[in-house]
Amino acid sequence: MLEIKDLHASINGKEILKGINLSVKTGEVHAIMGPNGSGKSTLSNVLVGHPAYEVTRGSVTFDGKDLLAMSPEDRSHEGLFLSFQYPVEIPGVSMVNFMRTAVNEQRKYKGLPALTASEFLKLMRQKREVVELDSKLANRSVNEGFSGGEKKRNEIFQMAMLEPKLSILDETDSGLDIDALRIVAEGVNKLKTPETSCIVITHYQRLLDYIKPDIVHVLYKGRIVKTAGPELALELEEKGYDWIKKELGE
Amino acid sequence: MQLEPNKYVKELTREKYKYGFTTDIHTDIIDRGLDENVVRLISAKKNEPEWLLNFRLKAYRHWLTMDMPTWAHLTIPDIDYQAISYYADPTRKKEGPKSLDDVDPELLKTFNKLGIPLEEQLALSGMAVDAVMDSVSVKTTFKETLMEKGIIFCSISEAVREHPDLVKKYLGSVVGYRDNFFAALNSAVFSDGSFVYIPKGVRCPMELSTYFRINAAGTGQFERTLIVADDDSYVSYLEGCTAPMRDENQLHAAIVEIVVLDRAEVKYSTVQNWYPGDAEGKGGVYNFVTKRGICKGEGSKLSWTQVETGSAITWKYPSCILSGDNSTAEFYSVAVTNNYQQADTGTKMIHLGRNTRSTIVSKGISAGRSQNSYRGLVRVAERADGARNYSQCDSLLLGSECGAHTFPYMDIHNETAVVEHEATTSKISEDQLFYCNQRGISTEDAVGLIVNGYAKEVLNKLPMEFAVEAQKLLSVSLEGSVG
Amino acid sequence: MKAEQQYIDLFTQYEALLCRNSAEAMNAPRAKAFADFERLGFPTRKEEDYKYTEVGKYFAPDFGLNLNRLEFPVNPYEVFKCDVPNMSTSLYFVVNDTFDKHVHPSAQLPEGVLFGSLKEMARLYPDLIKSYYGKLADTSQDGLTAFNTMFAQDGVLMYVPSGVVMERPVQLVNILRADVDFMVNRRLLVIVEKDAQAKLLVCDHAMDNVNFLSTQVTEVFVGENAVFDLYELEETHNSTVRFNQLFVDQQAGSNVLLNGITLHNGTTRNTTRVTLSGERAEVNLCGMAIADKNEQVDNNTFIDHKVPGCTSNELFKYVLDDQATGAFAGKVLVRPGAQHTSSQQTNRNLCATREARMYTQPQLEIYADDVKCSHGATVGQLDENALFYMQQRGIPLKEARLLLMFAFVGEVIDCIRMEALKDRLHRLVEKRFRGELNKCQGCAICK
Repeated sequence: MLEIKDLHASINGKEILKGINLSVKTGEVHAIMGPNGSGKSTLSNVLVGHPAYEVTRGSVTFDGKDLLAMSPEDRSHEGLFLSFQYPVEIPGVSMVNFMRTAVNEQRKYKGLPALTASEFLKLMRQKREVVELDSKLANRSVNEGFSGGEKKRNEIFQMAMLEPKLSILDETDSGLDIDALRIVAEGVNKLKTPETSCIVITHYQRLLDYIKPDIVHVLYKGRIVKTAGPELALELEEKGYDWIKKELGE
Repeated sequence: MQLEPNKYVKELTREKYKYGFTTDIHTDIIDRGLDENVVRLISAKKNEPEWLLNFRLKAYRHWLTMDMPTWAHLTIPDIDYQAISYYADPTRKKEGPKSLDDVDPELLKTFNKLGIPLEEQLALSGMAVDAVMDSVSVKTTFKETLMEKGIIFCSISEAVREHPDLVKKYLGSVVGYRDNFFAALNSAVFSDGSFVYIPKGVRCPMELSTYFRINAAGTGQFERTLIVADDDSYVSYLEGCTAPMRDENQLHAAIVEIVVLDRAEVKYSTVQNWYPGDAEGKGGVYNFVTKRGICKGEGSKLSWTQVETGSAITWKYPSCILSGDNSTAEFYSVAVTNNYQQADTGTKMIHLGRNTRSTIVSKGISAGRSQNSYRGLVRVAERADGARNYSQCDSLLLGSECGAHTFPYMDIHNETAVVEHEATTSKISEDQLFYCNQRGISTEDAVGLIVNGYAKEVLNKLPMEFAVEAQKLLSVSLEGSVG
Repeated sequence: MKAEQQYIDLFTQYEALLCRNSAEAMNAPRAKAFADFERLGFPTRKEEDYKYTEVGKYFAPDFGLNLNRLEFPVNPYEVFKCDVPNMSTSLYFVVNDTFDKHVHPSAQLPEGVLFGSLKEMARLYPDLIKSYYGKLADTSQDGLTAFNTMFAQDGVLMYVPSGVVMERPVQLVNILRADVDFMVNRRLLVIVEKDAQAKLLVCDHAMDNVNFLSTQVTEVFVGENAVFDLYELEETHNSTVRFNQLFVDQQAGSNVLLNGITLHNGTTRNTTRVTLSGERAEVNLCGMAIADKNEQVDNNTFIDHKVPGCTSNELFKYVLDDQATGAFAGKVLVRPGAQHTSSQQTNRNLCATREARMYTQPQLEIYADDVKCSHGATVGQLDENALFYMQQRGIPLKEARLLLMFAFVGEVIDCIRMEALKDRLHRLVEKRFRGELNKCQGCAICK
């Protein structure tokens, strides 16, 4: 589904990603772990096309299409979703208006007719239940005045609405208490189908107790330095990242 | 809170302006009044070259065509420019003293009393001083030490003689003599002030400072300072000032010009403590100052920090022209007014270059019957892509008879600019005072504490020794403002 | 005194005619206004309050004036058919400065309420008009006020006697209509007495493709505990110049909402002066401007906190495109003794192009210590992070920008205390941003 080859990317002239190779197949859950500053968030931002990052080398294909050539909105329409680490607040834009525009733009891209107001509201209601999102939140401005947990739940709610093929969860566990973490993780699991894939970016094992990865990668200094099964995450939890640095001869 | 603003003020200000003494020294004062002959006389006394005399005369003639500005939120009594003497020399010598032995012991005593020892061995660590009394520089310390690094630090009169090319190149290049009424006046009659040149790549190893002292009665002070920081250099410059307590008002109209070249950085800090007048508003210095710097070079940086506690009237807007791409400017100000003081102060940030950034933090504190205004302009020119400005102006009112005013102007001519201005007005809450009282802190001390906390953001920008001094000054200036 | 001279001559020559076609109460201050105008002339940019708008040059060309009160051949009810559902206003028309005599069936006024031609009302109720007319609009301070007072012959009176609560808002549609370049000097007088409540919506339109210059002076007196909303919507065209001066005086406990919206215009200068004369009075003053091409919008506001315990909230937003120029100057004065004043002012602006210019000048002048006052002003662009977030959710950049722009001005529309008008404006603004509202489409409110 996703094929990353020798990806180099920089921000403000500083190279952060120094040759990433990664292949995610349909139905797989990948975890990307790594110490702070290793390039985890850069990777997710580059994949969804954040304008601040510049790809200097390499290629990314998504379902066989050249992802890097697409606008951010078309990447979304193709089925790529990022749950942001820090979802932005958009004062004055209601959740309903925001989501309706997003859903209908996707439908337009796919050649489907726009949903009517009542169809849309029905869909909102259904999907809200996935993450137990309060109906009041849905009537507020996007993320405005939401608590940390509410913002993350809102991300998963939007994921439910847009039904992406590949979801990237960027530090979705940060700032969540245990109950919120459970709700968010259960939401993600409910949405998971054999046709969809998921990349979980996290610092800790915690989230991986709920969302079981098939493959775990360690990202360090802009490269994937280790790839193994779920046991790698446990090992990292136990030993920290220092042993990897040692292994790399640092 | 029961406010009796003038209850203690009378005794306190009398005793608290500890710089209010006069020095009894023979001073060569020229006759009062101003005409072309006076301009020629000043120039002659300083043995100036022809070009400078011409500069003065042009300025004088232009000044004659101008009127005093009236746009400031100030009530300025009529000033009789013919009743002022424009030159007073307490050194009685034709040239500045060559060594300490030449300096009149009375002058040394005066500066010692002001806490500015002119003997290098007694000096505050890491600080070189140019001491200016009335119209003449008395002594510049560490001149030779600095010269070893190629740094020029001397009085502007000396610079005119020793470094005419530099002075000629930069004098009036930032503040032209037509700039405003007081700038024209200063350009015609300016006396001493400091000249600083930091050569390419040099980081000035010590703080440079000028201490201005008005002593003689019936005179005005018109100093002129010029700082040039060449490519990749750095300097931190401090300015302090005091004057004796006199019942008459004294005029101070200075110009400071700063030129900052590629990647250079200049920090300019002022603690202005001219005599503010007494509790009835009698006497005090009229402080009309034009300070402006240009960030001429790519990536250059200029930072103004000012603590304004003195003067009966302050009219002062240290400004920055950000013409170099990626240049940065800052303005940090605390202005305190008490009794009948009036201040109209702020800054101008003129963004001309790309990706230029400026920050303005202004804290006004008004007490007594004083009026305290912030006036600022942020202009983003068409070419200044990516310009950013953030301004914050807070006013604190102590007492119900004072005024606090904010007049910011924003002129934006570029769509990529991001400019933000915020202003708030508040008073010290009874809860805060009561909390301090309960902890055994007197109301007066509590006000001092709270005000210092309020001004901290600005005070932190000052060099250490100055910051401590400024903190004390804030408390002292406000003593008696809360009953 | 170039531009002034022709008006000085005109007045000297036609004073008798002007007076004959007006009413005594309106004639009374004319001579003094003339003297003031001769002394002051038009304001110049040297004056702080007119820094951003040159006045004289707009008066220099030759404009037609209807001093003889000739009737213009237009039946507004044929041009404007009000079909906004749920709006249910009492609808009136003014053509240039003449109150239209045909009364619309929708007009329903509670007993005691007067609404009609100022000239006629001044003849019917001379004492009422005399005790209010010209009392707020001081001709000795401002040449434009003097000018309007010199030449105004008619306008509109709204009088709501004490205790009367008007459920139905009144809508007044001003139509500029002429075959030659034309000048209109109009007067509005609003008196909302003690405990009364009323809402007035004024829409400005220009019908013909000629150059219009209109001056309007509005005086609003709001009595104790009265509630009054004034909405002014301008939808004229690029060759309209409008000088609008609004003076409001509020007594104790009154609550006033002023909302001025510029959707389409040529050059507009709105001057608003609010005096909070009674304790606990509250004013909410807001406005927005969407300007493109060479449009200019200058809002100059002044709120005078004269007494303790009053509240003022101010919110102005501008969206500037092409070569449009926006200016906002807002002064808040807290007089000595006006303790417990609460005052908030916000001005936010978006510039979309290099050529668009924004000048903003919030000002606080405070002479009392126990007050809560703040102001904030920003000029900037749409939040890039928000734009990217929306793109990630599949919303195209163009659409994301529009959403953020609606949200930006939406805050001003949401201040409106009339649901139907709010909805209508949301739709109008969306159309405006999408470029579907290219010029005045007649009364967009009513059409």
